[in-house]
Amino acid sequence: MLIRPAPDLRECDVTDRALYLDRRRFLALAAAALFPVGRAGAAPLDYARGVVTLDDKPTSFEAASTYNNYYEFGTDKADPARTAPGRLKTRPWSVVVEGECARPGTIAFEDLVKPHRLEERVYRMRCVEGWSMVIPWVGVPLGELLKRFEPTSKAKFVEFVSLADRDQMPGLRVPILNWPYTEGLRMDEAMHPLTILAVGMYGQELPAQNGAPLRLVVPWKYGFKSIKSIVRIRFSETRPATAWNDYAPREYGFYSNVNPEVDHPRWSQATERRIGEFRRRPTLPFNGYAEQVAGLYAGMDLRVEY
Amino acid sequence: MARWLKPGVFALSLMPLAWLAWRAFSDDLGVNPVETINRTTGDWALRFLLLALAVTPLRRVTGWAPLARLRRMVGLFAFFYVCLHLASYVGLDLFFDWQALLKDVAKRTYITLGMGCFVLLLPLAVTSTDGMIRRLGGRAWRRLHRLVFPASVLAVAHFWLMVKADIREPLLYAVILSLLLGSRLWRRGRA
Ligand code: HEM
Repeated sequence: MLIRPAPDLRECDVTDRALYLDRRRFLALAAAALFPVGRAGAAPLDYARGVVTLDDKPTSFEAASTYNNYYEFGTDKADPARTAPGRLKTRPWSVVVEGECARPGTIAFEDLVKPHRLEERVYRMRCVEGWSMVIPWVGVPLGELLKRFEPTSKAKFVEFVSLADRDQMPGLRVPILNWPYTEGLRMDEAMHPLTILAVGMYGQELPAQNGAPLRLVVPWKYGFKSIKSIVRIRFSETRPATAWNDYAPREYGFYSNVNPEVDHPRWSQATERRIGEFRRRPTLPFNGYAEQVAGLYAGMDLRVEY
Repeated sequence: MARWLKPGVFALSLMPLAWLAWRAFSDDLGVNPVETINRTTGDWALRFLLLALAVTPLRRVTGWAPLARLRRMVGLFAFFYVCLHLASYVGLDLFFDWQALLKDVAKRTYITLGMGCFVLLLPLAVTSTDGMIRRLGGRAWRRLHRLVFPASVLAVAHFWLMVKADIREPLLYAVILSLLLGSRLWRRGRA
């Protein structure tokens, strides 16, 4: 692990249990047989606990899974939890990897994730709307996964594309964003050890409304950068178009690093309400991950490149 | 029936607040209670404002004179919900951080417009008593109370600029407001 420990960001010893998805599937079945009660339909995961933790108390699972921005399933934050489960078909799932890499192709979800150890990462999640949560994700470091496709020297950016299927996603009928939802990272951001592809949270598979089966998590950027239900990954030489930046470039920059100094025209970004708390709390530069990531932006004027 | 009209509407107008209080009491305000309170009171402020503007056209269409007696009360309920909305913003959301409020009013367009609406509604609420009507005289009072038209435009604009992308709901209010204002223009044009 390359993550330098920070006061509230601890790196723990990782047990070397074999953490493979097919085994997880087996465990899920076994667990379902042994413990029929539990969160409806959610399969528990086998993962290395506490790889990155935080002193902040995690948000309740209930809140994290019922207060979602996932416009493909409706624009009210309560919509996705109502409409996504049962509608979003997460298996079989495959991801197209293409662009500036030596090993492009279409890869099944299981094959994409299988070679990696699943890790728990407890991260702050700061929404551009001024609220935040603390979520224990389960996933794999994006950089390690991307390396398997052998990006070429021309790969300067990575683009991600969400599923856009009208049969599964009622929100697509409303032309709010230019569907499909797209996002992108600079290569060094994508390779940063804090960036992960999550397949679960709170020890279980991702709920549909949280972007199952596979989503990006970039903890130092506003939440909308962490694209959900990914079906396509493309390496590119030029900066890809991204959904919210396309919609309102003055409001949502390509970088969208959490920055209390740069206000959004609608929301002050100086403070945030942590879900479950009453008083607002100050927002931290890079969402509290400045020590780990500020170096990526050395020399850039973050007021201009917001 | 006309006798029960006013008390009936008065009681009905308190229902949104009662419902909100009930939800607060039973811990049913959702994941972000402050947001729920702020948005619910904002919604009802706008709805009552539009209802107040609908009273006169409705009276003309139905020819039922007692409706006129509701206008002032419904308008005051709009102001009442605006006050709750503002109070929830200042008290719950900002926790009386007045400096943050000033910054918000100066920097965030939709809040500037919301505050503009509040400032226009304030003199209308203050002059809503019989005594004030007498003191001002009917003509001056009526002229002053035309401020409700720009105020309602500001209220819809406030909502419109607040939403991130899905403008369907403010659009609906904008259409209703256009009809309410348009019907008045149309009448004046024919007179
Ligand atoms: C007095 C100054 C005002 C302030 C500071 C203010 C502030 C706010 C804030 C902070 C929000 C919610 C933002 C969010 O949840 O992200 C909001 C929403 C709203 N406000 Fe105001 N407001 C004001 C005046 C008004 C007035 C006068 C009206 C109507 C007559 C109004 C109607 C609304 C409506 C309809 C919403 C949207 C609610 C929803 O999303 O369903 N506001 N306002």
